[in-house]
Amino acid sequence: MRGTDHIVVSHLTMAYGDFVIQRDLDFTVRRGEVFVVMGGSGCGKTTLLKHMVGLKAPAAGDVLYDGGSFWQATDEEREQAKRRFGILFQGGALWSSMTLAENVALPLRLFTGLGEGEIRAVTGYKLALVGLAGFDDYYPSELSGGMRKRAGLARAMALDPEILYFDEPSSGLDPLSARLLDELILELRDSLGTTIVVVSHELASIFAIADRALYLDTDAKTQLGLGNPKELRDQSPDPRVRAFLTRGESAGVAA
Amino acid sequence: MAADPAGAHGMTEPASLDCHRDADGVVQVRFAGDWRLADPLPAADPVLAELRSTPAPRGVAFETGSLGRWDTALLTRLVAICSAADAAGVPVADAGLPPGARRLLHLAFAVKEREGARRADRQRSVAEQVGEATLGLWAALVELVAFLGVAARAFGRMARGRATYQRSDLLVAMQEAGAESLPIVSLICFLIGMIFAFVGVRQLEPFGAGIYVADLVAVAMVREMAPIMTAIIMAGRTGAAYAAGLGTMKVNEEIDALSSMGVDPVEFLVLPRLVALIVMLPLLSLYGSLLGILGGTVVSLAMMDVGLLQYLTETGDSMELSSLLGGLFKAFVYGSLVAIAGCQQGMACGSSAMAVGQATTRAVVMGIVLIIVSAAILTVIYITLDI
Repeated sequence: MRGTDHIVVSHLTMAYGDFVIQRDLDFTVRRGEVFVVMGGSGCGKTTLLKHMVGLKAPAAGDVLYDGGSFWQATDEEREQAKRRFGILFQGGALWSSMTLAENVALPLRLFTGLGEGEIRAVTGYKLALVGLAGFDDYYPSELSGGMRKRAGLARAMALDPEILYFDEPSSGLDPLSARLLDELILELRDSLGTTIVVVSHELASIFAIADRALYLDTDAKTQLGLGNPKELRDQSPDPRVRAFLTRGESAGVAA
Repeated sequence: MAADPAGAHGMTEPASLDCHRDADGVVQVRFAGDWRLADPLPAADPVLAELRSTPAPRGVAFETGSLGRWDTALLTRLVAICSAADAAGVPVADAGLPPGARRLLHLAFAVKEREGARRADRQRSVAEQVGEATLGLWAALVELVAFLGVAARAFGRMARGRATYQRSDLLVAMQEAGAESLPIVSLICFLIGMIFAFVGVRQLEPFGAGIYVADLVAVAMVREMAPIMTAIIMAGRTGAAYAAGLGTMKVNEEIDALSSMGVDPVEFLVLPRLVALIVMLPLLSLYGSLLGILGGTVVSLAMMDVGLLQYLTETGDSMELSSLLGGLFKAFVYGSLVAIAGCQQGMACGSSAMAVGQATTRAVVMGIVLIIVSAAILTVIYITLDI
């Protein structure tokens, strides 16, 4: 099953009212790969993520999970589909009235029949996995931004989702934590076969984790490159893609 | 989710866990079957008991030859076993685990638990809770008085033209507190005027004193009802908005950003809001009085045999300047209290979304309590002074 089509984004156009953000996005995310959506600030990376997870309806086109339409489905089918993925929001988006343990436990309480002891074991393990062992009873407001983000990841992983979405995972993290997070992302892919979609513009992280990457351009308002980031950097026919992946140092010339 | 996708459609093997101590004194833990959260799972207790027993085992090793699919469920047991082994000083050999589980386990222990991070649950006695609540009440009072001082200083600087704020902010705040409140104030005051007239007609007309309904409605609206009703509307509408707006700015660190630029947030944010509400509430109250009298007129003309001119003349005769000024002064006091409650609670807001909700609730409750208490005090003062 690994390597088969998992998520298909088909001729997707995203718009706020009449203002088109990106048009005609067409790509496939394969099962068990780390797929990075990259591009400059304001190009619509996060908006694309919102379309893929059901927070914003497309102006045109569709998203398919395992071949089944996400946006043509009934509300109930969409709710079912949503349980198969976990999302790490940019700022962590933890529920501020709950402790970290309660944050991670909520999806387990709502969607599994696990007992309290089992839930505590799972939340403890998930928090340890993101480097927050022992912080179970802290409230989000008592933590630093990076810790909140990692706690958000623990919550996203609570149900062992098939697909994990990350919105700018390494922004706001120190280099060592960012690297641990990259390792964790690869580990989740390798050990559990999780399909991982990452929105990012951090080159170091993109080169470290991405199996394939999609480049969205702000001015062209569509995708300009799709493939392994190292190959895109060296061989993309489009100078804008090469410029992004080399921080503009090779503008026009393949490095 | 299956770690062994090949078997994804196979039958589920029940999870099992057993352990024994081998000849070398090593605890051999054997996992078999499918270890997934959705299935019932055996506890790790036998292994933990083995680890605590004497003589202490010389190691822990794993055997997973007949392990099926697994997910977090397996890891929770492994973490429990490894933590217990750590505590007992027993070395763990993880060679027998599937490579994925081994690496995840390694990641879970990669960042050591921070010293002193874990908190102990503590039961608090009733006396302790009462004491804390009392101290909290005192602290809130001190905070309120301190806020009044800071606000007064900001007013002083404004009077000398030295306060840092934007005129446009003040005008927007006035529009929001004033013009945008007109519909609800109109509705409520008109209805209150009608209710007073209904009651008055029923009570006074049998005595042939129906015309005095005009006095009743006019005096009640101008002196008491319009100020108090408008103030309560504004406590729920504008006071709450102040608390929620300032509280959210606090959560977003916008207030810190102002302070760090050397701008006094009280002058920049609180002052325009206070001024807007203090200026607008008397005006709204005056407008509300007129609408109330209008509502009373409609009901009186419909229910009694009086002429419009007669009714309005009686209304005019009943009005004294002292009633009008007394009502306006009340509205001024209520406006100040509502604005202070809203702004103080907003500025004292904690740093989470929940705290914003609590600050808003407190602002409205505090505003309404202050309105009613001050209304009672002012009424007694007015009567004593014969206003």
